Amino acid sequence: MKFNNGKELLDLCKDDLMISDIMIKLEMNNYDKKEDEVITQMHKSYIIMKNAVHKSLTEDIKSMGGLIGGEAKKLLRQIENKKNISGLTTSKAMAYAMGVLEVNASMGLIVAAPTAGSCGIIPGVLTAIQEAHEFTDEEMTKALFTAAGVGMIVTMNATVAGAEGGCQAETGSAAAMASAAVCELMGGTPKQCLDAAAICMKNIMGLICDPIAGLVEAPCQKRNAIGATNALISAEMTLAGIDSIIPFDEVVESMYKVGRSMPVELRETALGGVAATATGCNLCSKIYN
Amino acid sequence: MKKISVFDIIGPIMIGPSSSHTAGALRISLIAYKIFKGKINEVKFTLFGSFAKTYKGHGTDRALLGGIMGFDTDDDRIRNSFEVADNNNLKYSFVEGETTPEMHPNTVRIDILGEDSSMSLVGESIGGGSVLVRQINGIDVKFTGEYTTIMVQQIDKPGVVAHITKVLSENNINIAFMSLFRESLGEKAFTMLEIDEKVSEGILLKLKEHEYIIDTFLISI
Repeated sequence: MKFNNGKELLDLCKDDLMISDIMIKLEMNNYDKKEDEVITQMHKSYIIMKNAVHKSLTEDIKSMGGLIGGEAKKLLRQIENKKNISGLTTSKAMAYAMGVLEVNASMGLIVAAPTAGSCGIIPGVLTAIQEAHEFTDEEMTKALFTAAGVGMIVTMNATVAGAEGGCQAETGSAAAMASAAVCELMGGTPKQCLDAAAICMKNIMGLICDPIAGLVEAPCQKRNAIGATNALISAEMTLAGIDSIIPFDEVVESMYKVGRSMPVELRETALGGVAATATGCNLCSKIYN
Repeated sequence: MKKISVFDIIGPIMIGPSSSHTAGALRISLIAYKIFKGKINEVKFTLFGSFAKTYKGHGTDRALLGGIMGFDTDDDRIRNSFEVADNNNLKYSFVEGETTPEMHPNTVRIDILGEDSSMSLVGESIGGGSVLVRQINGIDVKFTGEYTTIMVQQIDKPGVVAHITKVLSENNINIAFMSLFRESLGEKAFTMLEIDEKVSEGILLKLKEHEYIIDTFLISI
């Protein structure tokens, strides 16, 4: 049992099998593991994700570079005061996603999903969706396998590294993964899941990687917030019956081409984009001198 | 090529902020820690390229120091590794090296001083937490630490490799990759064996039963 792209993954999803079912089986086959072993290991990741969200909402955090810290708490206060404007689930998802980036930037424990720079999107989206719909941890754990399926297709056919493909490859992939996971949780078909992933990736295609001072702080944290909202709106579209006009595999291929054609200044080197602005450069010299 | 696991995609579980500058850096020094068996009194880290420029902001220094004390990539103590090292009387220093164009952008050289021995190791953090060890005690090598790795230090003489493969085959151990590196003809050499399964320390003693084998190491992360 194997697949090389989205189309082949969908071909495996017969007889009402979901993407998560296929991914669990694949992991069992490839590594000679039992189902409960694989699920327990993924459940551990989900708990670490939720703990990171919790930590950002309850502790005072300052990042190593000093550019971020406390944003999740500010957004939570807004929600608690009923002053949030994006709707409860979206407001929570962005707050949580930004919080996990704070934990990461302060040398806290996170799950790279798929990378450390994009590690807020999946926990943010999934924790918010779990709270809104009262899913069990088991259901959430299963959804992480769906996310992994999408991430695997991107890894096999393109890249999830900002240094290779820009932010579109990193937070774009995380958002696509989160979107497919939400779609499956909310009853979407495997095809709708991949369509949600495709829409997500198209929405931010071309996004460069321009971290101030080369650190995983800004604008990374805010791009995790937009990644989280992107995941939710894309899943909502496909669940409403809106297809992706371009299939996921072709979107991945084009994302890779766009990434490879980005000049090196726009791929994690901190030599372009907002990192190279007057303010970005000033912050950089302050951090290192 | 190794099959991709769902836990390569949702994972690794790690202390942030960066898989290459934090987790990868730690793995290089963790490998050095595992190869250097004795107590470490002093360690010097020479940083090159992007490591040299951004190590403070990424906590690369704390991660490197954590690895040399045996911490894994998800160990909460990494953040406080300076304090832990001070409490254990481990002396440490970080210096910026002269970066040359052919170097990988994330390279570190680790010089370890123990009670009565020393060691140097050069490693590269190649992305996503993966690493490549490129030099041990001045001898060029190349291995990742992703597989269980047996490193044999030997005299470059005929029959040593035959002994190694015989011991492994007798113990039903399958070799995934094997490579041989030497200083010069008839001098010290290394054999690196990357294997699929976990092995016990006992295999190291059996490998040592050869007059030209100086030492053996098991690196399993």
